[in-house]
Amino acid sequence: MKKQAVIVGGGPAGLAAALRLREKGISDLVILEREHHLGGILRQCIHDGFGLTRFGESLSGPEYAQRFVEQVTAAGIPVITDCTVLDITRERHITAVSRTQGMLELDADAVLLAMGCRERTRGALAIPGQRPAGVITAGVAQNYINLQNIMVGNEVVILGSGDIGLIMARRLTLEGAKVLGVYEVQPYASGLPRNIEQCLNDYGIPLHLSHTVVDILGEERLTGVVVAQVDERFRPLPGTEQTIPCDTLILSVGLIPENELSLAAQVELDPRTRGAWVDEHGQTTVPGIFSAGNVLHVHDLVDFVSLEAEKMADSAAEYITTGTLPPCPLSVRSDGEVGHVVPQKISGSRDFTLSLRVKRPRTNARLLIRQGDRMVLQRQMRKVLPAEMIQLPIKASQLLPQSDLEVCIQ
Amino acid sequence: MIRTITCVLCPNSCELTVTHEGGAIQSIVGNLCPKGTSYAAQELTDPRRTIATSIPITGGELPLASVRVTAPIPKDRIMDVMAEINRHTRPAPVHIGDVVIENVLGLNTDVIITKDVAAG
Repeated sequence: MKKQAVIVGGGPAGLAAALRLREKGISDLVILEREHHLGGILRQCIHDGFGLTRFGESLSGPEYAQRFVEQVTAAGIPVITDCTVLDITRERHITAVSRTQGMLELDADAVLLAMGCRERTRGALAIPGQRPAGVITAGVAQNYINLQNIMVGNEVVILGSGDIGLIMARRLTLEGAKVLGVYEVQPYASGLPRNIEQCLNDYGIPLHLSHTVVDILGEERLTGVVVAQVDERFRPLPGTEQTIPCDTLILSVGLIPENELSLAAQVELDPRTRGAWVDEHGQTTVPGIFSAGNVLHVHDLVDFVSLEAEKMADSAAEYITTGTLPPCPLSVRSDGEVGHVVPQKISGSRDFTLSLRVKRPRTNARLLIRQGDRMVLQRQMRKVLPAEMIQLPIKASQLLPQSDLEVCIQ
Repeated sequence: MIRTITCVLCPNSCELTVTHEGGAIQSIVGNLCPKGTSYAAQELTDPRRTIATSIPITGGELPLASVRVTAPIPKDRIMDVMAEINRHTRPAPVHIGDVVIENVLGLNTDVIITKDVAAG
């Protein structure tokens, strides 16, 4: 089957991209979604705070998703749910299986990758100890509690201070569990300050920085964890170990863009974001394959996922209609204080949005964007945190057409 | 007196330095928008938060529908509101915006459904 555009993933990025493609006159498109419902991870994010930028109100995740789902339905955009994409080739041939339609073979003018991200697990941390039940990631706990009505435990320790872990600390407390503490290996929290305040401080849940879990106890079910303080190189300090009896350990230790299909299509990944290298059009290193949202780089806010997906869809529509996009020969480079930048390539002739994260918290930082000796933009920032993605709109009129862009923090 | 308050109204998470005398604010530093001013005043005298949870749905395609309060409730009544919400169920179908509890515990806020659940 031939399509103008195939969108892989029906979460916030995929839904926003599909709507924008349709607005731009791309009529022959389809969304392929692995789950039974559209909406992606928003379906289990029942707390509020979504949509402040986009809709000017504080919505829950399911409400935010439903606004897009309703528009997709009203626009008559074809959706295949319960559909797993097995392979994407460099030539944009897609193989998928669906419960209702069996094996699907699609050829697309443009493929829009919107698969989102997944959680780092215990295996990635190499925590020693037993392998009892009761050790789960924060997103899995969220799925059990908010979608399946299954309570995960009573006495809970949380490792990692990512936003989902903080949100789950509050959620578990509301459901009657005792959250004994959140342990973070870094000397600073990795979640947003508002979540430290409203999810931990409000409920008297202690946050222990520069601490980690060094042992997991229990045979059938978790009976406790051993925590210890760490030094500046994250090595546990002997003599600081403390055993905490608990039945559940929740891991909130990072998210990884889910790029197995991108790799199958020979899309090159940036080791810093673990997402695709993209130019300002959201186009990957494979022509006609685009990427946006959490599969490109992990976002803090869904509002910015929607926005990024729409910009990608603008470019994909242009690519489908005209068969080409302006070349992007200029690299965006960054210094050691910047964790990553997106996009990694630009044209120098169009407006674009630069996204970046800093590596460590700083106060009174100056963000400088230069082309050679020429200052493109500088911004004084009172406080920068790795937890907060920085986004800067940059105008074509500020740019030279022939020189790489350098981003640094002073 | 000087108090540091983290504004929770949006992801900016502004750190507000509030100088006050028994709840009467003399100065606020650190807010990026005017909401910070009213948040600080509220936080000093009557701290409020929103909450979200779920209720069981009978005869639905899903076992639960998520719910939330439509306006912030006093922080010290959060567990009371949770207990009240936990007394409720609904038969499918339910729709976003359906009111589950009107004026919950007399706190001038409703509890509404935030997810469509079809009969199943």
